[in-house]
Amino acid sequence: MTTRSIEIGVGLFVAIGIAALLVLALQVSNLHEYRQTDSYQVSAYFSNIGGLKVRAPVTVSGVRIGRVSEIYYDPNRFQARVVMTISTQYDYLPTDTQASIYTAGLLGEQYIALGVGGEEDALRDGDEILFTQSAVVLEELIGRVLVNMTAP
Amino acid sequence: MVSLLQRLGHFGLSVFQSLGRAHLFLLRTLWSLGSLTWRPRLLIRELYSVGVLSLLIILVSGLFVGMVLGYQGYITLVNFGAEEVLGSVVALSLVRELGPVVTALLFAGRAGSALAAEIGLMKTTEQLSSMEMMAVDPYKRVIAPRFLAGILAMPLLAAAFSAVGVWGGYFIGVGLLGVDGGSYWSQMQASVDFYDDVLSGIIKSIVFGFVASWIAVFQGYDATPTSEGISRATTNTVVYTALAVLALDFILTGLMFSA
Repeated sequence: MTTRSIEIGVGLFVAIGIAALLVLALQVSNLHEYRQTDSYQVSAYFSNIGGLKVRAPVTVSGVRIGRVSEIYYDPNRFQARVVMTISTQYDYLPTDTQASIYTAGLLGEQYIALGVGGEEDALRDGDEILFTQSAVVLEELIGRVLVNMTAP
Repeated sequence: MVSLLQRLGHFGLSVFQSLGRAHLFLLRTLWSLGSLTWRPRLLIRELYSVGVLSLLIILVSGLFVGMVLGYQGYITLVNFGAEEVLGSVVALSLVRELGPVVTALLFAGRAGSALAAEIGLMKTTEQLSSMEMMAVDPYKRVIAPRFLAGILAMPLLAAAFSAVGVWGGYFIGVGLLGVDGGSYWSQMQASVDFYDDVLSGIIKSIVFGFVASWIAVFQGYDATPTSEGISRATTNTVVYTALAVLALDFILTGLMFSA
């Protein structure tokens, strides 16, 4: 085996390895979502977030415009504070926009759906969404149905 | 009774002695790695025998493992009407676990045993001592390039394994069983995170590459210089590497994915 063909073989091997890494990065994983497009953050308070997780999608009319970037409990308001990072491409959301937590499918993951309001002013970076609707907890719902059914 | 105790003590001491030798050996090997910077030819030759010659078995096994995952995942998921998430099942199990672990096991069988046998035979035929006589440091000339080649080759082989496996799952799931191709990829991209999953898998494979090549070159270098010693060194290489990789995988998985 000549040195030249060994070197060609190793070059081919490294190229295949790097190509496989690229496939894993670009085709299999979500790396392209990390490409930082300009974004701004708005927050909202919910009394119950259900199973919402960080990186859950934020949608308007079903179109994903951002992701949940932070969730924590605010001990002063006794509510959960959810910070959403939204792409600046969608920077014209009225200030009376409503945020609701819905479930994709019956048992799927939870996401935030924004219902657009009618105000003239738009939400800016750091603003807070005032109108929110908490997640529907399935057990609560079943409990309510049972109470209705057992009522005389 | 006392002689049984003595044998136990002898066994314990010899285990600790070989552990100590292995670590001194590792230190000296790491110390000799620097000399490779002005002799890259040695490294390329070893990359060929460790990496290029292992590529075919890795690609073929990756394809078959991916196809089996496609079948098994589909059979389980279709009961819940959730066959659309087949892509995430195949990709996550490959990228996180099967890619690094199965590649390391195959690597131990294909490349590790060959390394141990080669170095063991060099020792048996006194090539290593004659190198020392000629003032050639066998650590720099023989051990270091093989060790580094193993560490460099493993992540590339594991990535190739996972990538081919994902395609194998695609052939079975989409081509044969009729899962929608678009949702195969989109579900996969929605659930596989680059930093949490792909990068953790690559880190795992680097660690496994380090351990597998360390065990292989040490077993070869430490072999008893007889033909029986060489056969024991190759067996030990495969057995120890398999045990070490599986145990380390448990620990690494606990560290990476528990939070």
